[in-house]
Amino acid sequence: MSSAAADERLADVGRLRRLLIRPELGAVVGAVVVFSFFAGQSEVFRSVAGIANWLDPAATLGIMAVAIALLMIGGEFDLSAGVLTGTTGLVLVTLATRFGFNVWLAMLAGLAVALAVGFANGLIVTRTRLPSFIVTLGTFLMLQGLNLGVTKALTGTVQVAGLRGAEGYESARAVFGGTVGDSGFRVAILWWVLATVVATWVLMRSRAGNWIFAVGGNEQAARAVGVPAARTKIALFMTTAFAAWLVGSILALRYTSVQASSGIGQEFIYIIAAVIGGCLLTGGYGSAIGASIGAVIFGMADKGIVFLGWDADWFKFFLGAMLLLATLANRLVRRYAEEVKR
Amino acid sequence: MILQTRDVGKSFGSVLALRGVSMSVAAGQVTCVLGDNGAGKSTLIKILAGVHQHDSGELLVDGAPVRLSSPRDALDRGIATVYQDLAMIPLMSVWRNFFLGSEPVKSMGRFDVARARRVAREELRAMGIDIRDVDQPVGTLSGGERQSVAIARAVHFGARALILDEPTSALGVKQAGVVLRYIAKARDRGLGVVFITHNPHHAYPVGDRFLLLNRGTSIGEYGKADITREELTTLMAGGSELEQLEHELRRE
Repeated sequence: MSSAAADERLADVGRLRRLLIRPELGAVVGAVVVFSFFAGQSEVFRSVAGIANWLDPAATLGIMAVAIALLMIGGEFDLSAGVLTGTTGLVLVTLATRFGFNVWLAMLAGLAVALAVGFANGLIVTRTRLPSFIVTLGTFLMLQGLNLGVTKALTGTVQVAGLRGAEGYESARAVFGGTVGDSGFRVAILWWVLATVVATWVLMRSRAGNWIFAVGGNEQAARAVGVPAARTKIALFMTTAFAAWLVGSILALRYTSVQASSGIGQEFIYIIAAVIGGCLLTGGYGSAIGASIGAVIFGMADKGIVFLGWDADWFKFFLGAMLLLATLANRLVRRYAEEVKR
Repeated sequence: MILQTRDVGKSFGSVLALRGVSMSVAAGQVTCVLGDNGAGKSTLIKILAGVHQHDSGELLVDGAPVRLSSPRDALDRGIATVYQDLAMIPLMSVWRNFFLGSEPVKSMGRFDVARARRVAREELRAMGIDIRDVDQPVGTLSGGERQSVAIARAVHFGARALILDEPTSALGVKQAGVVLRYIAKARDRGLGVVFITHNPHHAYPVGDRFLLLNRGTSIGEYGKADITREELTTLMAGGSELEQLEHELRRE
């Protein structure tokens, strides 16, 4: 055997390894399996209308999952992200219906609130070095209380409604809450695709992306070579808050009303989607595309179970099983990637 | 002299961590700092690296007295430090690590990935480091290779003085040899190297000057001509202490 042939073989192993250690791999395989499963049994599921139907929950979940994936790669969690989608929606609807704000202006106010919450989360985490799990659990509970308390005080009920009559509603709905032409596909899908593309570009091709991986991988080492770790993390918390604002506004404009309890419990779904997409819970590794595919798996399972006429309770079981499988797969992949070559 | 200290001292509260230490490193030379645990080696390099500020004596860069306010300040004066625990992220690729914190950018914060890959590969090759693939995660490199990448990085970013904190201490014999070779390479490229170690067998072959520390103070600075490997080893081990130990451990 000539040495050149041996070298070529070695290169092939390298290429295969590189493909295998892509963080998205597990999610792609999972998505194919789940799609085949439901598409094989349900005619509706694989129709264009069906696809539009299950891409819709995937989109709103996906926008959040992508932002959470960035944050998790940066080594932090945000448990307040779910309830923040409710907060921003409530701010939007309340200001527009009770205080006569133009819908666009009310959205801006919602954005300001969201960014302030994200900034506060980031600042507390970076200043105190407390685990973000605890800090954002605190903001999560505080926001939950605020959402309920303020809504009840203002309306006497647990929801605010009537956005349809507000000024600027039609134009805002067209941009955020409507459908693309009359295709049945929601505009939210476009926002989701945009979020995925931007996040992927930032991670892979920008200086900030390098910093995100670094602060999640080893914050002290990153700081030692001059990476502005605190600024990077605060920006990540604010990105998550921005995504929560986008999703909160999309949902509020679509349904024209917001429940005071909306978004609660979603925070774990975002994290699960990001983990299925290849994010490590320990930070420093993961992908935005993976998180998006994780969201697609959710959308498919969420609607697919309904299309098959099953009890929706099975969805939770499916969730848990996917999470467990994904975590195991990620662990194997990482070990393979880190295996020391001698 | 690129870097020089004159009777430099540092105390933390009532603890005198370092006192009256004088040393120097010239371009194209290796100054070894030897000492046991707690001898003040880390305090000294932290002063040289700008992490701590000295309380007494003088620190001179290019012959002019300075106070280094931060590691960034030291870096801007061309003093780079490679710490034992290394500023590297195991899950990130070699080229990403190489440029971490000093990424080459095109307009709008775009990371010039093609250039980063190319330069990392070229710089590593120039140091004689044979990395199979700059895309592999740093975690897959051996300890010696990681040290070498860190050294190559410091050289690339314009270091004139390189401070190496125990780069060989966690390594096997063969890997330590690899790192020593890169230290010699950095020296040949005209850098002044401060090499901290507690192993005289690593220090002697590459060193031009040797500073011995014990309990926070200097027990001598020697040129290579003034000291033999055996003397260095004996001084380092605390001479009589070692004899005492040997006596204690002798079988009845």
